[in-house]
Amino acid sequence: MHEWALAEAVIETAIEESRKGGLEEISEITVQIGELQQIELEVFQFALDEIAKAHDEDSLLTNAKMRLETERAIFKCRVCGTEWDYRDTCVNEDEGEAIHFAPEVAHVYVRCPSCKSPDFEVIQGRGVLLKAIKGKR
Amino acid sequence: MVTDPRVSVIDRRLSGIKRIIAVTGGKGGIGKSLTSSLLALTLSRMGYRVGLLDLDLSAPSTHVILGIDSVYPKEEYGIIPPEVHGISFMSIIYFTGNEPAPLRGEDITNAMLELLAITQWGSLDFLIVDMPPGIGDASMDVIRWLKRAEFLVMTTASKVALETVKKVLKMLEELHKPIIGVIENMKMRESSAVQDELNGFNVPILGDIDFDMDLEDSIGDANTLLETDMATRLKAIAMNTPEFQLNSDL
Ligand SMILES: [Zn+2]
Repeated sequence: MHEWALAEAVIETAIEESRKGGLEEISEITVQIGELQQIELEVFQFALDEIAKAHDEDSLLTNAKMRLETERAIFKCRVCGTEWDYRDTCVNEDEGEAIHFAPEVAHVYVRCPSCKSPDFEVIQGRGVLLKAIKGKR
Repeated sequence: MVTDPRVSVIDRRLSGIKRIIAVTGGKGGIGKSLTSSLLALTLSRMGYRVGLLDLDLSAPSTHVILGIDSVYPKEEYGIIPPEVHGISFMSIIYFTGNEPAPLRGEDITNAMLELLAITQWGSLDFLIVDMPPGIGDASMDVIRWLKRAEFLVMTTASKVALETVKKVLKMLEELHKPIIGVIENMKMRESSAVQDELNGFNVPILGDIDFDMDLEDSIGDANTLLETDMATRLKAIAMNTPEFQLNSDL
């Protein structure tokens, strides 16, 4: 249920951004979820809806629809330039769980498939981002 | 618009904590992690509810000092730090194990942010933070995110350490951050070097801790650590420093 903590962060930020942008009502929140974080989408969706209900003092979120988009995780080696997909790497269950909590620790468990370097970049698909908020002013 | 939602939730995660004490200093090897660990242990033994957060991600070591292994956080609306020696303890080592984590600056920022966003501390009297060393990106991030932190600055009498410590103090002053004071660690002889070098700063020197030959043998054992001269001296300094606001009856 660490999804809950991240969902809370999303709702908190959405409320903050809406106030800054002068929104009276949010109709849709788009969240981009990086594959590397291995979020359980159903749990995350449920958490977002529940937290939105709990934080709806001024009915800002009453009709808010949560849209989840996932982004594939892609790595690029800083030594030899190889790009590869997280799905093609083998990590065991414990390692996968560690990456789920702190995606950066992928650097401990994942190596470049060509040159075995641990020095790579996560070029996309790292974590949870708030991508768009739609609503009425 | 693409916003990282984690920053907004940090204050909420820390909201049940009365005081946040960030232990900082110049270069590595001046006893920052030892001081953080001993301070957390001491306050916990005095009866306070204490958390210890190791944010020195490039060289986490508080778990080695306190002899913490084979514990893992619980997952519940985030992650709950396990309690070890009476301290709620959080470190990246739960996720990296003892393997090296080759993290670059941006990765360190992300990993620290993740820890701050998902750790559920509950209610604490003190959170002790072992800061990243010096004034790089990582330190600046932590200073920005931990808005209520009060800073305890460690130094030695070495000119090399003091040079960095002065920069740390200058930066904290410019950012209007509260500084509890400076402690001189690993004192080997009488010298006014620390006093002289820090003359221009409006920061109290709280005391000094003699170089402790026996300390190394106590690493990894919380009870023996608490009996070292360093622990005794650190406790005395904390008790004598009004800014710590310690209750002497505890
Ligand atoms: Zn490579």
